[in-house]
Amino acid sequence: MLVPGSAEGRLLRLRAPISLWGGVDPRSGAIIDPRHPDYRTSITGMVLAMPGGVGSSSSSAIMLELLREGTAPAAVIMECADAILALGVLVSIELGHPACPVLEVELTALDGFSEGALLTITSEGRVLRS
Amino acid sequence: MTLNLTTEDQGLLSGSDGEATALAMRILVSAAELLGAQSLVQITSAHIDGCLYHGDGGVEFAEKLVASGGQVAVPTTLNVGALDLLHPGSVRADQSKISMAKRQMDAYVSMGAQPTFTCAPYQIGHEPGVGEQVAWGESNAIAFANSVLGARTERYGDFLDACCALTGRAPLHGLHIAKNREAKVVVDVTAVPDALTNRDVFYPVLGTWLGLEIGREIPLIVGLPPTVTRDQLKALGASAASTGAVALFHVLGVTPEAPTLDAVISKDRPVRRITLEPEMVRRALGRLTTADAAEQIDAIAVGSPHFSIAEFEALLKLVRGRCMVIPFYVCTARDTLRELEMRGDLHVLHKAGVEIVADTCVVVTPILPEGGSVLMTNSGKFAHYGPSNTGYDVVYGSLEDCVESAVTGSVVRTEGIWSW
Repeated sequence: MLVPGSAEGRLLRLRAPISLWGGVDPRSGAIIDPRHPDYRTSITGMVLAMPGGVGSSSSSAIMLELLREGTAPAAVIMECADAILALGVLVSIELGHPACPVLEVELTALDGFSEGALLTITSEGRVLRS
Repeated sequence: MTLNLTTEDQGLLSGSDGEATALAMRILVSAAELLGAQSLVQITSAHIDGCLYHGDGGVEFAEKLVASGGQVAVPTTLNVGALDLLHPGSVRADQSKISMAKRQMDAYVSMGAQPTFTCAPYQIGHEPGVGEQVAWGESNAIAFANSVLGARTERYGDFLDACCALTGRAPLHGLHIAKNREAKVVVDVTAVPDALTNRDVFYPVLGTWLGLEIGREIPLIVGLPPTVTRDQLKALGASAASTGAVALFHVLGVTPEAPTLDAVISKDRPVRRITLEPEMVRRALGRLTTADAAEQIDAIAVGSPHFSIAEFEALLKLVRGRCMVIPFYVCTARDTLRELEMRGDLHVLHKAGVEIVADTCVVVTPILPEGGSVLMTNSGKFAHYGPSNTGYDVVYGSLEDCVESAVTGSVVRTEGIWSW
């Protein structure tokens, strides 16, 4: 686990990598990049699964905003470790705001779950159906 | 892999240098563990990108560091903020946003960082030497520091850049380590005619193609003339770091780590080779224009990265005694502006209708005229980020094209040079 913690939420698999900066509105939690296949989808409260983060390093600042605003995902699952997103969560913890677990997991490990399935992330980093 | 901390590192962590440094150290250590670093490395300078306002969290973080006594441990420059502090009123935003953006810039200055507010600190005297370990933020500055100066930095962004500056340390990983700086791809541009490689307008196009082609790999470019300028390399790196995540490129016979092929290519690893073809250049050029080129333009902006003195000299030659009929913005550092003022050149620019933007730029904050739809630029980075950040479509051209368009009021582009 990149950032430990437990969480529950519905699975949202992004169909393309996303840069939170310029890609997600921290006030609404919605994907605002019109070129992204999941345009207009909300990431708030979801178990967000994606290959990895891309784009601007300002994405850590957007992760912090999402956590402060209560619009963050319940958990983030990534195939490749991404210090940028995790850093936003670490700063949120330092400032006394909410955190969300960030996990590094092969996305094929999620193949058994249907889109929107309610998942539990355990504090040991296991992903289970709720 | 575990992270080994020195006694001094441990001391900072437990508060030997105050609470702000301890907080910065906690974040730095967590990040170093995430990145798989085995130790921290001492740095000699930092460039902080974190003073641009994205939301109140960034202000809260910076002010918490200030409140707990934070001071930078190494010479530190600041990247652009969301405001032009020298020309108040030029940024369109409500008062609360302006006040938060100002607090974020002020907080870093009160921690001892220099109020440079530029994305090109290397143009105003912040020039670490070959092999020097530094922690820099801002993608173009990172590419320039690594490639053109030969200093060593990874890609640092919000929060981590400040933590490095306050602790004087960075995670020892990636481009901080010599063997990770070898080229993995050879890009051969020998076939490109001199008529292109001698012109500034070629370099943003080359960078745009390079970033798309190689993503985050390290290229060695072969076949650029030894006369290639710092501004041309700056434009190349900035574009490559916009379309890709290029943090280091070598140019054979030009950049400090690439005097010879053997110096930057490992013998035990296979290297991919790509020859630059006319079609690749034309496709990258096409990507830099999203507007129908026949359209009317509403504004022109240059200076991403921030305009250098040499670029101002070229602009002065083009605009002296002329009058522009379309808003023409030049983004630059306050230090560069001061030098122009001392040289007595500023009034020539003002007379021609040039509007100077300092401390920020037109793509990170609302400055461009409201209701406009087409922006012309000579910057690959503006052309890349312009549409999503400003809502403007873009037209790409040389600095000469931009000035001619501004004077005549309609798009002028020199097309012939692109066929070979």
